[in-house]
Amino acid sequence: MSSDATAPDRPVIQMEHVHKWFGELHVLNDINLEVGQSERIVICGPSGSGKSTLIRCINRLEEHQRGRIVVDGIELTNDVKNIEKIRAEVGMVFQHFNLFPHLTILDNLTLGPIWVRKTPRREAEETAMYFLEKVHIADQARKYPGQLSGGQQQRVAIARSLCMKPRIMLFDEPTSALDPEMVKEVLDAMIELAEEGMTMLVVTHEMGFAKSVAHRVIFMDEGQIVEENEPHAFFDNPRHERTQLFLSQILH
Amino acid sequence: MTVSGNAPKAEVLRPPVTRVGVVGWMRENLFNGWLNSVLTLVVLYGLWQVVPPLVRWALVDSLWNSTPEACRSIDGACWSFVPANLRFIVFGFYPADQQWRPLVSMVLLVALLWWSRDRSHWNRRLGWVWAAGLVVMGVLMRGGILGLQGVETSLWSGLPLTLLLSVFGMVAAYPFGVVLALGRQSRLPAVKSLCVVYIEMIRGVPLISMLFMASVMFPLFLPEGVTINKILRALVAIILFTAAYIAEVVRGGLQAMPKGQYEAAEALGLNYVQTMRLVILPQALKIVIPPTVGILISAFKDTSLVVIIALYDLLNTTKSALSNPKWMGFSTEAYIFVAAIYFVCCYAMSNYSRRLERELTPGRAGSDP
Repeated sequence: MSSDATAPDRPVIQMEHVHKWFGELHVLNDINLEVGQSERIVICGPSGSGKSTLIRCINRLEEHQRGRIVVDGIELTNDVKNIEKIRAEVGMVFQHFNLFPHLTILDNLTLGPIWVRKTPRREAEETAMYFLEKVHIADQARKYPGQLSGGQQQRVAIARSLCMKPRIMLFDEPTSALDPEMVKEVLDAMIELAEEGMTMLVVTHEMGFAKSVAHRVIFMDEGQIVEENEPHAFFDNPRHERTQLFLSQILH
Repeated sequence: MTVSGNAPKAEVLRPPVTRVGVVGWMRENLFNGWLNSVLTLVVLYGLWQVVPPLVRWALVDSLWNSTPEACRSIDGACWSFVPANLRFIVFGFYPADQQWRPLVSMVLLVALLWWSRDRSHWNRRLGWVWAAGLVVMGVLMRGGILGLQGVETSLWSGLPLTLLLSVFGMVAAYPFGVVLALGRQSRLPAVKSLCVVYIEMIRGVPLISMLFMASVMFPLFLPEGVTINKILRALVAIILFTAAYIAEVVRGGLQAMPKGQYEAAEALGLNYVQTMRLVILPQALKIVIPPTVGILISAFKDTSLVVIIALYDLLNTTKSALSNPKWMGFSTEAYIFVAAIYFVCCYAMSNYSRRLERELTPGRAGSDP
C-alpha cells in the first residue's frame, strides 16, 4: 500500500488547542490535529503519553476541558444528542475487545444497529453476517465471546464497530492484549479495512503496520504531539530527540 | 481374596478390597485417622439416640385422624390437629362457604408462577396473562360483583394473605430496588444522595418498626375520613423495606461490571437507558442472583411479622387454632406443619434461582440460541 493519499479536502476530525487534565496531571497539552477523509494515522508514544486519551476524546469517552473538537462537522459539547450522533459515526476497537459476554456474537453485532440505528432485525443480521464473513469468522456467529480466542474476539469487535457503518474508526492498542500468533489476523483485518478507504486513527506499537498502512505517524510524549511525519521520514529520519530514543527502544 | 487354582493366569490386577466398594468408601470417608473415627462413632451414637425416638413419636405412636381427646392418651404426635384445623389454618376468617374462592386464586397464582418459570415464556403475552390473572384473583378474593358475595379485606387471612404479601412484595420490591441501585450510582448529586439517604435510613430500621409506622403512625397523617387498607399499608412497608436491601445487593453487581462494558456500549452510541437495560443489568443482575434470592427468601419469611399489626397470616392463624381449648397443647405438630409449608416455598425459590443461574451462563446447554 502506498502512502500517497488523496489530499484531504475537508477534515473529518479537527482538534484545536485541546487540553485535558486528570486532576493535576496535564494529560493532553495543546493538541492540534486535523484528519482528512480516508486518512490513516498511527499514533505512538511511551505509555502514559496521552495517546489513548487523545482518541478517546474524539468519541467523548473522555471529556476535554479546553479547546475545540469537531467531528464530521459536529462540535463536541455537553449536548448529549450531539455526543450520541458522533458515537454512531465513530467506531471504536478496544485493547480488551469489550465484547458483551452475555450475548452471542451475532447479537453483539446487531445490538447497535437495532437500538441506535433502528434497523430491522433481519437487515441488521444480514449486515452482521456480511461483516463476519469479511473478518473470516462467520461460522462462529452463534457462539458466545467466551468461547472464542483473543484474535477472534478482536475481529468480532472490529466487525461490531463496522456494523454501525461508521465514517471513522478508532483503534486503541488493538493488538496489545493478544498472544503473538494472533496479532497478524487482526492486523490483516485492519489492513483490509484501510484498503477500502476507511478513515482510521490507530494507537499501536506495531511499527510494521504503521510503515505499510499509515499516511502519517504521530509521536506523543507527556501529553504533547512531539513529532508528526509521513512514515518513511518518521522512521528513517526522526528529527526529535525523544522520538529517536523511543524508536531505538521499540525497534531494537 | 484368594485366587483359586483354576482362575485365568492373566488376571487383571484389581485394587485391594480395602480401597474400593463399601469398605473402601468407609475407610476413605469415615475412618481415615483416629480423629475422624472418633467423630464418626460419636455421630453414630447421637443418631442412635435421636432418630428412633423421633420416628416412634412422629410415625409409630402418632394419630392422624382422631379426636383431641384420643390424642391426649398417647405419647406420639397428634397429627390429627392438622386435618381438624386445616381450613382455619389455610383460610383463616374467610367465610367458610366462600373458601373455594381463595383456593382458586391460590391455584391460579401457583399456575402462573409455574408457567412463568420458563424463560422462553417471558414475553409481552405473559404480561397480559399476569394482568388478567391479577384481576381474576382480585375479583375472586374481594367479591361484591358478578354475584359474588363481598368479603372485607379484614377477613383475608391465612395462606392467601401470606402469599399476597410475599409474592407482590417481592415482585414490586425487585424493580424498585434496581432503580434505587441505579440511582445510587447516578452522577446527579440530588438523585444520588436521595437514594443513599433512603437506603441507609430503611436499612437502619427494623421491619417491625416499619410495619408499626404503616399501621399506627401513617393513618394519623391522613386527612380525616381517608383510610388506606391495612393490608395495602403492610404491603407497602414490606416493599419499601425489601427494596432497600435489594438495592445494595444490585449495587454490588453493578460495581463488579468492568468499565470496558460501559465504554463499549457508549462507543456504539447506546444511550444510558439502553446501556443499562441491554448490556449492564443483564450481566450485573445475573451475578447477584444468589444474594438476591437470599433477600427474597428472608422477605418471604418476614411476612410473618405482620402478626404484630394484627394481620392473620399463615403463622398467626395457626397460633389462633392452637388457642382453641380443644386443641391446646399441640403446638409442636402445628408448627412443624407450618414450617413444612414455609420450607417447600423457600426451597422452591432457591432451587429455581440455581436453575436460572445455570441457564444464564453463556455457552451452556439450555441457554437460548
